[in-house]
Order: sequence, then C-alpha cells, then structure tokens
Amino acid sequence: MNTSSDKKTKIAIRELYKIFGADPESVLPLVKDGMSKAELMENHRHVLGLNNINVDIKEGDITVMMGLSGSGKSTLIRHINRLIEPTAGRVELDGTDIVEMNEKELRHLRREEMSMVFQHFALLPHRTVLENAGMALDVRGVPRAEFESEANKWLDRVGLQGVGDQYPHQLSGGMQQRVGIARALSSNSPVMLMDEAFSALDPLIRTDMQDLLLDLQEELQKTVVFISHDLDEALKLADHLVILNQGHVVQQGEPQEILMKPNDPYIVDFISDINRARVLRVRSVMEETTQRPENVAGEVDYDDNLESVIARSEGQTGLTYCVMRNGEQVGVLKMTDLVKALVPTAAAADGLRSGAA
Amino acid sequence: MATYDFVFRSLGLEDWCTAGGDNAAPMSMDALIAQSSGQEASTSIWDLPFPSMDALNDACAAFPQSRNVTLGLENGFLAVKDSISVVLDPITQPLSWMLEGALYGILNTPWWIVIPALMLIVWMVSKSWQLLTFVAISIGGLAFIDYYSYAMQTLAIIMVCAFLCVLFGVPIGIAMSRSDRMRAGTIPILDMLQTLPPFVYLIPLIFLFSVTEPKLYGIAIILYAIVPVIRLTDLGIRMVDESVIEAADAFGMTDRQKLYGVQIPLALPNIMAGVNQTIMMSLAMVVIASLVSAPGLGVLVLRGINNLELGVGLISGLGIVLLAVMLDRTTKAALNRINAAQKG
Repeated sequence: MNTSSDKKTKIAIRELYKIFGADPESVLPLVKDGMSKAELMENHRHVLGLNNINVDIKEGDITVMMGLSGSGKSTLIRHINRLIEPTAGRVELDGTDIVEMNEKELRHLRREEMSMVFQHFALLPHRTVLENAGMALDVRGVPRAEFESEANKWLDRVGLQGVGDQYPHQLSGGMQQRVGIARALSSNSPVMLMDEAFSALDPLIRTDMQDLLLDLQEELQKTVVFISHDLDEALKLADHLVILNQGHVVQQGEPQEILMKPNDPYIVDFISDINRARVLRVRSVMEETTQRPENVAGEVDYDDNLESVIARSEGQTGLTYCVMRNGEQVGVLKMTDLVKALVPTAAAADGLRSGAA
Repeated sequence: MATYDFVFRSLGLEDWCTAGGDNAAPMSMDALIAQSSGQEASTSIWDLPFPSMDALNDACAAFPQSRNVTLGLENGFLAVKDSISVVLDPITQPLSWMLEGALYGILNTPWWIVIPALMLIVWMVSKSWQLLTFVAISIGGLAFIDYYSYAMQTLAIIMVCAFLCVLFGVPIGIAMSRSDRMRAGTIPILDMLQTLPPFVYLIPLIFLFSVTEPKLYGIAIILYAIVPVIRLTDLGIRMVDESVIEAADAFGMTDRQKLYGVQIPLALPNIMAGVNQTIMMSLAMVVIASLVSAPGLGVLVLRGINNLELGVGLISGLGIVLLAVMLDRTTKAALNRINAAQKG
C-alpha cells in the first residue's frame, strides 16, 4: 500500500485541458495564462472542465479521484478511454498516447485494455444478466458458447449465482451493479474505470461493494481508477488519492499524507468531518526508530488504524507501543501523539496549512 | 381606368402594357358584369381591391392573371409528366405486382384456408384467446353476410402497403436519428405528407399513372401511412438511454453493433407503436383510395354514398371499423409482449 512510488506508471495524464464551448481552441491560451473558471464563463462563455491535469496512475493501484459535483472528475475519467476528446494534452497508456489513436486503435483499447463501471449501471435492459456480463466478450466477437463460461465465472465471483437468466430490471440496485462489475471483469482488461460506481447504492450495500472491490483487487491487482464524491469511500479504497476542485488537482498523494498534511483550505474543509481514528494508520503517526523504548505496553502493526490501538490501550494515554512491520520494529507510537493526531486543526497546523491559514 | 393604373404609369411600363394588350386574358366575370351594367367600377376607398394579380391585370393587360399560376403549374406538370413516368413507372411496377398478387392470392385461396391462416397469425402474434375469439367472430360475421371477399381485399391491400411502409420507413427513421441534417430536411416533408388532405395526393397520381393500375392507390396509401413509422423510429432511437449508449461506446462497440445490438432493440416498442399507427392510417386511406379503383370495402362505402344505399354504406363502414379494431388489437398485443420482455 505504501510502496506505490516504485510501481510502474500505467496511465500518465499530462497537461490535460478540457474546455466546453463554441470554440475551445481560441480560449485555451487564456486558460494556460491562468484565467479562472468564473472569469472564463463571464467573459468568454466557455466552461473550463479540466485545467492542467497531471496524474500518474500506477499499475495495480486503486487511484481514487475525488471532488464535489462540478469538479470535473467524471469528465476526467472519460478522457482516459476518450469518451470525451480533450482540448489539449496527452493521456498515455504504457507510453502510447491515447489522444493520437485512430478509430480502430481506440476501439481495440476499449475492447481489450480498459473496461468501465457506471454510476447508473448502464446494463442493456433487453439482454439477460448473463448476456450483459459477457457483453465485452460478445463485442469482441467471441461466440456465445465460449463467453458463457467466462461470464458465469465472474457472476459467481461477484456473488450472483443462478441469476444469469433473469433480466437486469428484476434485480436490485446492488445486484445490478454487481453485474456491472462482472461485465467489466469478464473483459480481462488490465485497467478498470469506475465512475461513481457505488454512489447510487444504499450505504450498507455500498460498504459491501467496497469490500468486494478490495477483495477482488487483492486477487486481481488491476489498475483501477475510481471516481467518488465520498471521502470515506475514497480513503477506504485509495492507494493514491487525487483531489479535484473546479477542474484542477488541488492535492494528490497517499491518503494518509493528505490527511496529515492538507495543503489547501478546500481539503481541510473536506476532511474536517471524517472519523480520523478509523482512517489514520499507525505508520502516519509513529516516530520512526528501530530503538526499543522503555515501558513498552505492547506491539502494534504498521498498518493498524488508530481506532484499534485506542481500543487496545483502553483509553489510557500514557502508554507507548512498538510499531512492527513484518516482524521487525520500524517505529514507536506514543499514545499522546496519537491523541494529538485526532484533532484536525492540530494536525493541519504542523502541515502546509499553517502558512495558508 | 383601374385602381392600380398609377403603378404602371409611374414605372413607365405603359408601352409594355398596351403592347401585351393584344393577347390579354379573358375578361373576368366582375368586369363583364360591370361592363354589361354600363357602370365604371366604383372608386370608393371602401372598395379598394388588394393589389392582387387580377387587380393588376385590370390596370395592365400584359400582367398575368392569377389563374395563370394554377394554369402554369398544370402545364409545367403536364410537360414533365412523361419524363417522370418513364422513371417512376418501372420503379413502382413491383408495387402493382405485389398488390395484384396479394389480391389474387387472398381471393383464390379457399376461405377454409385463409381464415385459419389469419387466426394462426393472430395467435402467434398476440397469444391471447380473447383476441382470437373476437377475430374469429368478426371475420365469421363479415363472411356470413357475404362481405368476406371485400374485407379480404381491403386486408390484402393494407398488408402489402403496411409492409412496404415498414420496409422503407424504418431505414429512413434510422437515417434521421443519426443525422440532424437529414432530420431537418425530412421533417417538413413528413409534416406536409401528414397534413395534405388525402384527396390531394390523388390528383397528381392520376396524371402520372393509369387509373386501372393498382400502384396508383398503392402509392397514395403508402405516402399517407408511412409518416408515423418514420417519426417513431427516429424518436425511439433518439430516446434510447444515453448512459447505455455510453456503455456501448466504452466497451468498444462499432456503430453497427450499437445499432443492431442496442438502439433498434431498445427502440422496438416505439417502432411497433409506429407500425400500429401506420396500419391504422392505411386503413383510413384505403377507403378514400376506392375513388381511384382500389377494391374492397371502400368501394361499397362509395356505392352507399353515390346511390344513397344507406344499408350498404353503413354495413361496409362497420366492416372497416371491425377490421381496424382487429388490426389495432393484434399489433398492440404484439407491442405489449415486447414491452413485457423488456421491462417486466
């Protein structure tokens, strides 16, 4: 989880701009010179969708792009498989620029390299669940007899046994989205794009689906790009978190780091309401040292969240724990540091925010 | 002399007017009455005529009268008619053959084959016992009062025309849904076809084709009835959920895969509603088409009107109603079955 920096970059988004309007090219230089979204709308009647986006998406990671509605996150994910054409910039998959692809190459990319899961499921209502799950293979021209077993395998894997002959409208929302995920998985593409995939579901079912995704990810190690407006969801899933606002990237990095060192008031607002004890992990709060301190109350794991440590300490704040990783000590956790980290402003005060505030 | 003399005087066109005066158009009735009563046309402001072609013709004999417009159109049409016929005749000939074939087929097959065959079609399409019973009683009733052959002629004509409407209408609708320019060009034509009084179609068609040819009424029916199936195909495809289309794109479907795998199946309820409307409209037109020798129940309606045979007119009118209800219920039952398959 913490080793994303040494993974290979699967998708590189470089200087990506998207402007909506009658003549985007003409106002592009203005945007590059730093004109704001509001000003562009006011004076030139163009909507700034994406503004100089640079993101590295690592192989095997879940990269979560988060932002409120209108932040451009759905626009951004549609640039990755070019459902939307950029105004300027590059999107590279394994070093090949997607923006330069012709129709045939693009179709190959969408069929073999990427699959997508949609917020409102977007299943084909006139086809059975099984046919929907096998859609990606059907599109490639795989005969039904062959894709059926593959589709069934993935339907079973997402927990939908024996509904293959039903139609999507006969299933609940959560089950429909499972079909959507099975459809994406059965294409066996290395990249999976998920556009607010769980936003339309009930909270409980959403948690189920998040667990399912993490579970599948452990097994499959796909490159997942996940769009969300829900910070809890983003923190739960993300290996790499990208926070968007008004079409530009406000901050990106490891979720823990963003939580401990938010660099923008927008993000401070965002993270002020979450349950920090559940999200923060020991490694973000500990002091790095291999020396064993005195009066050790016990050992905690590097990736434990603070909530579990608090539970173990039974609320006592004078304790000190050894932080272990793969059986070796990597640091020391004082309960006083832990408690301090639970206060959002205190955490922000030693970060970059102290200058901004 | 006339109200608008000054126009031509001020334009200096008097010479042209008098030069053209030799071949002036015939005198209008108003002028004749005025002349015979010995009065000059009154010049009161209340009687100021609109500067129409006839009023201007009064002032200047060389100016054409309004009847020249219709006359010109007529002459123009007659002039190009032969060359149009050369092209249209062979193209539309298959329509004549189809109609003749259908009429021959349905009248020369014994009733004990035709009626069960119709029942079988109704059953396959609707899977409804009630509808089957209704159709059996209706056709049986019409046959019992010896209207069987008339009703079957009408049915055969409708089948052929509705089939051709679907054959041409659905592709036109698909083309419209894919190109906004095509749509902008087609919609005024559809509007015109739909609002032009049906009798008006017949006039140019009578000039183009011989009245004894079945294609004459065939074309009239198709022109009138093709509109709904085109419109609803276009609408149906445009109304397909955009997120489903996006998913189809995201999984790399070609345009062709999208059309046959997603758009047409999802537009099918609308297309079927269009087919239903098309059948109903061809039924309305087949009665009018009896004016130009279309056989069937319409002929009896016409006889009823011409000879004031009240009973014949009413019964054949009711026969048409029965046919309409049968066709409507059958196509709607098919539509409902499609809907059920898609939306539960």
